[in-house]
Amino acid sequence: MLIFHLGPLATSLFSLLAILALVLSFVMLASHWLKNHVYAFAAESWTIAAISASIGYYGHYPELYVIAALTALFRGTFLPYLVIRLVNRLDIQREFTPLLKPSSSMILGAALVIFSYEVSRQLGIALHLTDNIAVLALTCMFSLKLIGFLMMILRSEAISHILGLLVIENGIFLGSQILVPGMPALLELVIIFDLLTIVMAFGMLVRFLQTHAGTTSSRGLQKLVG
Amino acid sequence: MVNFAALIAALWIIPGVAIIVMLALRRPRLAEYLNLLTSIAVFGLTLAILVAAPDKPLVTGAHYILLTPLGAWVLFCVGLVYLLASIYAIGYMRLLPEEKPRLHKYYALQAGFALTMLIAPLMNNPGIFWIAIDFTTIVSAFLVGFEKEAECIEAAWKYLIVVSAGLALALLGIILFYWGGTFVLGPTYALTWANLREVAPKVPETLLFLAFLLTLVGFGTKVGLAPMHTWLPDAHSEGPAPVSAMLSGALLNIALLGIYRFLAILDNGGYSLMGHTALLVLGILSLFVAGLFIVRQDGAKRMLAYSSLEHMGVLAIGFGFGGSIAFAGAMYHMLNHSLNKSLMFFGAGNMMRAYGTKSMSKMRHVLRYYPVSGAVWLLGAIAITGAPPFGLFLSELTILRGGILSPNPWAVWVMAILLILIFTAFMNHFRRMIWGPEPEPDTAPTLRLSLWNTLPMWLALIPVLVLGLWWPAGLWGFFQHAFLVQP
Repeated sequence: MLIFHLGPLATSLFSLLAILALVLSFVMLASHWLKNHVYAFAAESWTIAAISASIGYYGHYPELYVIAALTALFRGTFLPYLVIRLVNRLDIQREFTPLLKPSSSMILGAALVIFSYEVSRQLGIALHLTDNIAVLALTCMFSLKLIGFLMMILRSEAISHILGLLVIENGIFLGSQILVPGMPALLELVIIFDLLTIVMAFGMLVRFLQTHAGTTSSRGLQKLVG
Repeated sequence: MVNFAALIAALWIIPGVAIIVMLALRRPRLAEYLNLLTSIAVFGLTLAILVAAPDKPLVTGAHYILLTPLGAWVLFCVGLVYLLASIYAIGYMRLLPEEKPRLHKYYALQAGFALTMLIAPLMNNPGIFWIAIDFTTIVSAFLVGFEKEAECIEAAWKYLIVVSAGLALALLGIILFYWGGTFVLGPTYALTWANLREVAPKVPETLLFLAFLLTLVGFGTKVGLAPMHTWLPDAHSEGPAPVSAMLSGALLNIALLGIYRFLAILDNGGYSLMGHTALLVLGILSLFVAGLFIVRQDGAKRMLAYSSLEHMGVLAIGFGFGGSIAFAGAMYHMLNHSLNKSLMFFGAGNMMRAYGTKSMSKMRHVLRYYPVSGAVWLLGAIAITGAPPFGLFLSELTILRGGILSPNPWAVWVMAILLILIFTAFMNHFRRMIWGPEPEPDTAPTLRLSLWNTLPMWLALIPVLVLGLWWPAGLWGFFQHAFLVQP
């Protein structure tokens, strides 16, 4: 398995990239401007593409180069373009009703990272993988997942929800590249396209929300309760 | 020897071609009948697949297709509900004249929704199963929002967001399952249900259990188990009535099939009791939440949505008890619920159109204005609460019987008490709709229901009654067999 035969250089490179992706998710937590979120998300996707490519290189998985190129193309370029277009069309530049200030949400995010590290460490002990890159990969995967959920909980704009979901998916993708690089490439390809379909569906629904429900904030969606 | 690959190919190609024709010709009347014909063909094919189902799980189609007895059963439920909903849709959509220009889109979406549901249960690869489930969500979200009113769009949006977030957890679980396998089978192997089951005994238990919990919560969101059920009442109550029937009677079963398959992996890995108990606890919680919300409900379809939550809870309890008796009860319950819930949603759709409101407090003296279809609806309500002599009584009783022998006999008592609570609450709502105060003279319903509106109710009621009086011996043998082979 790849994670057992990594040289020190490769390990440091993967760690650097994984942590970079994690830091970029904090950039999203720290800003209420939607465009900043999208740029951070794009940068995160490019980082993940770099992880894919370097794993393809060090682990000799040529199909990962294709995945890396598609990740950069779709997740890193096309999806952010779609979301930016949506932001411009809806004319919503920033999150107006966040539950917490950026500083508080960052502290919550940090707590979630510590929690993720603890879970991953326990898993690492159970699997006899302490001091392995796997623990870092698991930590990043769980952290991005929880931070994505945190963004969806703390923010009410529809676009923030879409971005939260995309961060969650990025986390899964990041973890799966390091942990299971040999996973059938077909599946990863399909998941990339599936994500694209989902974002388009979200885009259509957000526009319906604006025209038919008159709001794109989940705090305005209070008609159905009980 | 039946050629299953050909049957399955036909099952997918027929709706696919029908969708293209509907969208190309853009003729409402034609789309209506084409969808009906498609659903008849699909029903026939699912029935043929079920009857001819091989004794052993069959892998075909370049290892991408898996046909198991339980899978064939779920597929049959999809075919059945699709047929009933397609008959009813003709009557229901004709009551909405303003939608006529968009009707071909509606039927294309409905056939597309059925198509995604016909694909998912047959997938041999858990990852592709996940993607198929994701596609059911996307297509059905547009059906929920089809009427374009503020409530419908709100429901569709919440549905898509909550379920996508939940399913993301399930994907993480699937990746952890696969990772566990790489310690045994090496870095690259085929991701299939059978492979995951085989390696499960050698995977570290912590990892296996964590992966199962993630898939349980993820697909549990799609099943609508409490506390991840929040999208369910909105989506079920705001979509057109035939869509509600398909969501409730067909889609939820498929997600539950996924959970049961992951549970089988865990069983093989020797973590059986904890997995079953986790499913059982979610089931009990769903029954509890459903019971509370049914007591104080006013929306007719919302009440039925909470009833779906209740029945998914019953199914989760049935599968959670484990053992062949509870399993047989749960499989029987799946069919009974699919039939009965379709009937209930059709009746609710009729009454909503007739009285022009969703609120049950404004539907008065149903039996006076609609003696026949109102009576069928009432009988359906008696059946859905699990009262004899209907099929759901038998299946719920069998689940309870199986539970007494299980490692968690306490759940039998909780389940029985909650079912009585739900029965009382349900009947109370129907009492007020049948007797209650007189309606204002000008709000008395004048709508005449066509045969398209009432025929599918009969088609659902009669089998539920027959299945309650007579449990075919062949079916019992089939359920026992399904319990023993790979799910």
